[in-house]
Amino acid sequence: MNYDAIEVRTRRRERLRKGFTYFCLVIWALMVLFPFYWMLLSSLKSYSAYNSEYVPRFFTLSPTLQNYTDAFTAVPLARYFLNTLIFTLATTAIMLLVITLAAFAFARLNFRGKDLVFTFFLALMMIPTELVVITNFVTITDWNLRNTFPGLILPSVTSVFYIYLLRENFAQIPDELYYAAKVDGTSDFKYLLRVMLPISRPTMVTITILKVIECWNSYVWPRLITDDANYFLVSNGIQEIRENGFGRENIPAMMAAVVVISVPLILLFLLFRKKIMAGVSRGGTKG
Amino acid sequence: MEQKNAKGWLYLLPAIAFLGVFMVYPLVDVFVYSFEEGYNSASQTFFGVGLYNYSYVLHDPYFLQALKNTFLLVIITVPLSTGLALLISVGLSSIQKLKDLFQTIYFLPYVTNTLAVGLVFMILFKRTPYTDGLVNLMLHWFGAGPIDFIDGPHWAKMFVLCFYTIWVVMPFKILILTSALASVNQDYYNAARIDGTSRSRIFFRITLPMISPMLFYLIITGFIGAFKAYSDAVAIFGTDLNAAGMNTMVGYVYDMLYGDSGGYPSYASAAAIILFAIVLTITCINLMVSRKHVHY
Repeated sequence: MNYDAIEVRTRRRERLRKGFTYFCLVIWALMVLFPFYWMLLSSLKSYSAYNSEYVPRFFTLSPTLQNYTDAFTAVPLARYFLNTLIFTLATTAIMLLVITLAAFAFARLNFRGKDLVFTFFLALMMIPTELVVITNFVTITDWNLRNTFPGLILPSVTSVFYIYLLRENFAQIPDELYYAAKVDGTSDFKYLLRVMLPISRPTMVTITILKVIECWNSYVWPRLITDDANYFLVSNGIQEIRENGFGRENIPAMMAAVVVISVPLILLFLLFRKKIMAGVSRGGTKG
Repeated sequence: MEQKNAKGWLYLLPAIAFLGVFMVYPLVDVFVYSFEEGYNSASQTFFGVGLYNYSYVLHDPYFLQALKNTFLLVIITVPLSTGLALLISVGLSSIQKLKDLFQTIYFLPYVTNTLAVGLVFMILFKRTPYTDGLVNLMLHWFGAGPIDFIDGPHWAKMFVLCFYTIWVVMPFKILILTSALASVNQDYYNAARIDGTSRSRIFFRITLPMISPMLFYLIITGFIGAFKAYSDAVAIFGTDLNAAGMNTMVGYVYDMLYGDSGGYPSYASAAAIILFAIVLTITCINLMVSRKHVHY
């Protein structure tokens, strides 16, 4: 036995293992990317070209943007977009206000019953939305808020989990800062605005991004509460397009709509990649 | 700290108001609904109190179908997706080059609209008069006959649904497992290497025990998430899931509440409570099992 032979063999085996690892990783990457490629590709094929391909082609030589014009003219895609934007911004803004105030009360203020309420809040984290959505649907219907923005927004403006997350963050800020501010005669609210919020900015950004993603993709509640296409969000819009938009199975136009809907979040993700992934691993749940 | 009773409650007021109206009250109300027999949402009256709603739901063939579909989905997707995510994460943490790129790509499904991308999956699998679809083309390369995945046999539809569900839940699992793997103390590996421990032994004796808390967290949330599957099914088979025979339990609840077969909040409540009871039971079993096998 000579050492060199062993070394060569180990190195070869190592290289083989590495190659196999990369091979598997590339396969899964292709599985993830392929649907995106396919929707982009289909959206660039013309209607007649798409339907004449009995065997689908993996590329197109005559890309067209006609489908994108169709997506915006034949169905009110711009409307869905605007609705989703309003819904997302309003929900996120109101939620940030509500949870900041609550987290501040739990972290900084001292009042009777605080621990009890906090425990109660934590217990609420275990309640699945599916269980409360039935009554919420009846409540919103009774208040005549179906097909309105308040009806869409109100039930999702609080999140116990985010209150908890933010409270933990606020609680880490040293008390000395608070006493110093008190000595200077700063009010509690001003202290919250000027000191606590800036310090907790990373957490606030994380929460905002997670909430925006959640809002952009929400489907169930908007579907229950809106049946007027003027108030559809993109998810409901895409379902509507699939079931009775564009007439006879205009798949390229549908794919154009899908691309348009997917792009904003993908852009957001590419811009804030690190933040989003860190945020999700801290507090995201899906599946 | 000085006591500020009024002020504290004032800051909490918005949160308490919203949670009270949209969380606590509904939670009580859903139980009330589920026991009110013959509830009429137009006149807001009911005949009596009892267990009829539960009995109706449990004898409804659509509910039984939904129950079966949901259990199939859970049993298939949770182990598969967790195992696959574990393999991919282990692969990811063993490389340096291109790691960031792979991680970014793998995370993409998380930030996409489930409904929108589901449409792409439907098109990939669907057979139309114009084309057999891409997946059937690939099957054809291997000599397998065309299968109608969207309107065909139940197992084919189940396959598509499971496939899509796994595709959707993978990003979260890969992310959690990769960060769990990265946080394992390197000293253990170095010590094992000095002792000449084999790779598989390192994996089963060091890696797996060290990440077991996160693995069980993923299994528990995976079970809960899979039991609540709904949007994925809608994305692929359309809103009329009962007709497609692909309804899930959450889908059944929503269909009872609203839509063509809707208007029965009592049945919806009973079904939702049954679902919640099942999820709670499974989660408790999971926690008991994890107490035996997880090393904290």
